[in-house]
Amino acid sequence: MSWKLGLDQLTDLARGAALLGTGGGGDPLIGRLLVEQAIREHGPVTVLDPEELDDDAFVIPTAMMGAPTVMVEKIPSGAEPVAALRALEAHLGRTADATMPIECGGINSMIPLFVAARTGLPVVDADGMGRAFPELQMETFSVYGVPGTPMAIAGENGESVIIDTGGDNKRMEWISRGVTVRLGGSSLIAEYAMTGADVKRTAIPRTLSLALAVGRAIRQGRENHTDPVTVLRETLAGTIYTHLRVLFSGKVTDVERRTVEGFTRGRARFTGHDGHSTLELRFQNEHLVAVVDGDVVCIVPDLICVLEGDTAEPITTEGLRYGQRVTVVGISTPDLMRTPEALDVFGPSCFGLDHPFVPVERLVPEAP
Amino acid sequence: MRIGIDVGGTNTDAVLLDGSTVLAATKASTSRDVTTGIVQALDALRAQRAFQPGELTAVMIGTTHFINALVQARDLAPTAALRLGLPATASLPPMVDWPRRLVGAVSGRAYLAHGGHEFDGRHIAELNEAELRAHAADMAAHGVRSVAISSVFSPVSNEFELRAAEVLAAELGPDVALSLSHEIGRIGLLERENATIVNAALRELAAHIVDGLIRSLADYGITAPLYLSQNDGTLMDVEYARRYPVATFASGPTNSMRGAALLSGLGTCAVVDVGGTTSDVGVLSGGFPREATTEVSIAGIRTNFRMPDVVSIGIGGGSLVRETADGPTVGPDSVGYRLTEEALVFGGSTLTATDLAVAAGRADIGDPGAVARLDPTLVKAALDRIAVDVADIVERMRTSADPLPVVAVGGGSVLLPDDLPGAGGVHRPDHFAVANAIGAAIAQVGGEVDRVYAIGSGRREAVVDEARQEAVDRAIAAGADPAGVRIVDFDEVPVPYLPGNATRIRCKAVGDLQLPA
Repeated sequence: MSWKLGLDQLTDLARGAALLGTGGGGDPLIGRLLVEQAIREHGPVTVLDPEELDDDAFVIPTAMMGAPTVMVEKIPSGAEPVAALRALEAHLGRTADATMPIECGGINSMIPLFVAARTGLPVVDADGMGRAFPELQMETFSVYGVPGTPMAIAGENGESVIIDTGGDNKRMEWISRGVTVRLGGSSLIAEYAMTGADVKRTAIPRTLSLALAVGRAIRQGRENHTDPVTVLRETLAGTIYTHLRVLFSGKVTDVERRTVEGFTRGRARFTGHDGHSTLELRFQNEHLVAVVDGDVVCIVPDLICVLEGDTAEPITTEGLRYGQRVTVVGISTPDLMRTPEALDVFGPSCFGLDHPFVPVERLVPEAP
Repeated sequence: MRIGIDVGGTNTDAVLLDGSTVLAATKASTSRDVTTGIVQALDALRAQRAFQPGELTAVMIGTTHFINALVQARDLAPTAALRLGLPATASLPPMVDWPRRLVGAVSGRAYLAHGGHEFDGRHIAELNEAELRAHAADMAAHGVRSVAISSVFSPVSNEFELRAAEVLAAELGPDVALSLSHEIGRIGLLERENATIVNAALRELAAHIVDGLIRSLADYGITAPLYLSQNDGTLMDVEYARRYPVATFASGPTNSMRGAALLSGLGTCAVVDVGGTTSDVGVLSGGFPREATTEVSIAGIRTNFRMPDVVSIGIGGGSLVRETADGPTVGPDSVGYRLTEEALVFGGSTLTATDLAVAAGRADIGDPGAVARLDPTLVKAALDRIAVDVADIVERMRTSADPLPVVAVGGGSVLLPDDLPGAGGVHRPDHFAVANAIGAAIAQVGGEVDRVYAIGSGRREAVVDEARQEAVDRAIAAGADPAGVRIVDFDEVPVPYLPGNATRIRCKAVGDLQLPA
């Protein structure tokens, strides 16, 4: 069941990861270039299905944290993510059998592939967010009892920092964020070290395959001159992200962003092609809630994705511009992300929203 | 009086302007050496309206020569890319994402050295002059004649690029050209670096072309200053053009749009430029082209140039017209420059879009008798198809519900009806065929800032003022009349996950060229 990921799949994977970024997650582009270069030097990456993992296998996820805007300028040396992994191995006295994404949306879909190509370790086809989220404790790993720490952070000067906050993953987020600023605003990390049994229990399975399938569906829709959204819907129907609903089609008529506590918060308004109905999206790095003519139609943690009207290319909140023609879709998240425990960690109330979580397939019952 | 010249791949267009009045206009074939075509254009202008060289206050030239040189991978100098950023950035060295063919065409050599800044101005590493001197020696040994220098976050601090340039200049001597990334691009290391390397590779060609232009004007007795048009519709003087040839890359469509604005008197409009093979649709806002927000790839190299947001469709005067079961199709293939041999109205045997316009009585070109027997139903259906396709692009480019007037320019604009579906009346200004040369002649000068600022509490106004003032100062330094400089573009985007309300501010100021009295 394991498979090889090669150069020719990376563009589709990056496109799919951008969609799963649900407006944020950072542009996967730099990540894709990093992985391309690493695969050219070291060969394809082995991707393991989570069911293939032995229960006592040892998995160390890797990721970048901080500002993607910094990373497009201060590109990593390339040694940092492996250094973070090695630092954590040394601290724990145990070597990893595989790495894994903590986040399948945006640039963090790519970092573990880079680590895998450079180290020869396999990468597990799963992650802990099932999308993109702004903070490190917003993980199904965390929800279901895997401690995030000890965690290792590495910078380009060869330095590494170990953070241990016991089981307090929120405090881990707080302290590591401060260290990352000292490292120049972006850093590479290894955290949530866990066993194969924990992966099978707490991770969202097959999200790398999902990103690849999603990116491919959009491309093939375009190439075959069929509606990419329709192809996307058919692709998702066979996965644990079962339901796709078209929430809105129209033009961007207003975008407002501001920085609050280090996050880009804001809202975007869209007007329908009929000129009457309106959609308002609220975001904090990622999209949080979509409201059409006063009614909530999709809310976090379900995915809200803004797609370019013709090509279905995902558009990030930073890329939203007045006048763009877009299709906004809602995608249901797996059950593991919708339990009361999960909603306590990354549900609407964690982002200051009053509205309770209601699954998108209930908010918009019929596929239009 | 001023002269505007647009040197395209096919045609060299020229106009003689007095203020905004067109005194003479001409279209001639572009010559292989550029300068012959320009002399021919000047002769043709003079034949229409006698002028003394001393009456001219400025000559403005827009050219696609440099972008064509890159696309065709010819006349490129052996180039090195030096990046300051170690220990960071080593994972993706310069030119890593370039097509191999172009790396070969510029004999590209990549060098990494210590240096670079953090987003907040701290040093990533100190500059190491011995390391730079060793790189310089290697460059000299490999016959490098032009160097692109980039440094991490150089839009925040240009300190290291300037110091590295001093070291390299001392080692390599005055014959090696140096291009610095902070003067060329914005945030985004690889894209800015790519643009800088392309610029470096074009420096020798730029010197050659600029010298040729100066010489041909001097031979003509013209002593008025010469300017080249830039991507954003502003001008640069010839000394700047020698150093920044890459800034001419998108001047063609920009000039065409700016010319359309002047001719039609509309500052905010959609411009449809119908050529022989394609129709280019762009939007002017306040007299300037709206810029593309996505990255622009040229010849397979990703850059973040300021390029106009232009959508092209394959409909032009030479487009092939075919009948199918679903009705007629137009384009995207075209007879191109062979229009005057292959179109029906020119005695050829190919049904082209131009034949439709003649058959419908919209244009008087060639022999109307040759299309007299065309099926009127076919002609109408095909012209309707063109109108609907162009109208659809215009509609897509609209950014608000407000009506957006449409201005048609270019030789092929006879294909368009007087009313576009959903867009209303089409403005067809006089001299529409030479709008690009007019756009070159009326261009202004500008200055721009693109930087990440840390905005302390209560400091926003001061920071915004500082950015605006710097843009204005840069415009004046580039030759703008201080009396009329104004901010035409301002954009403020917060950067997530950074402390101190880090905000990326982009600001552009333009003003009229201050001409010698």
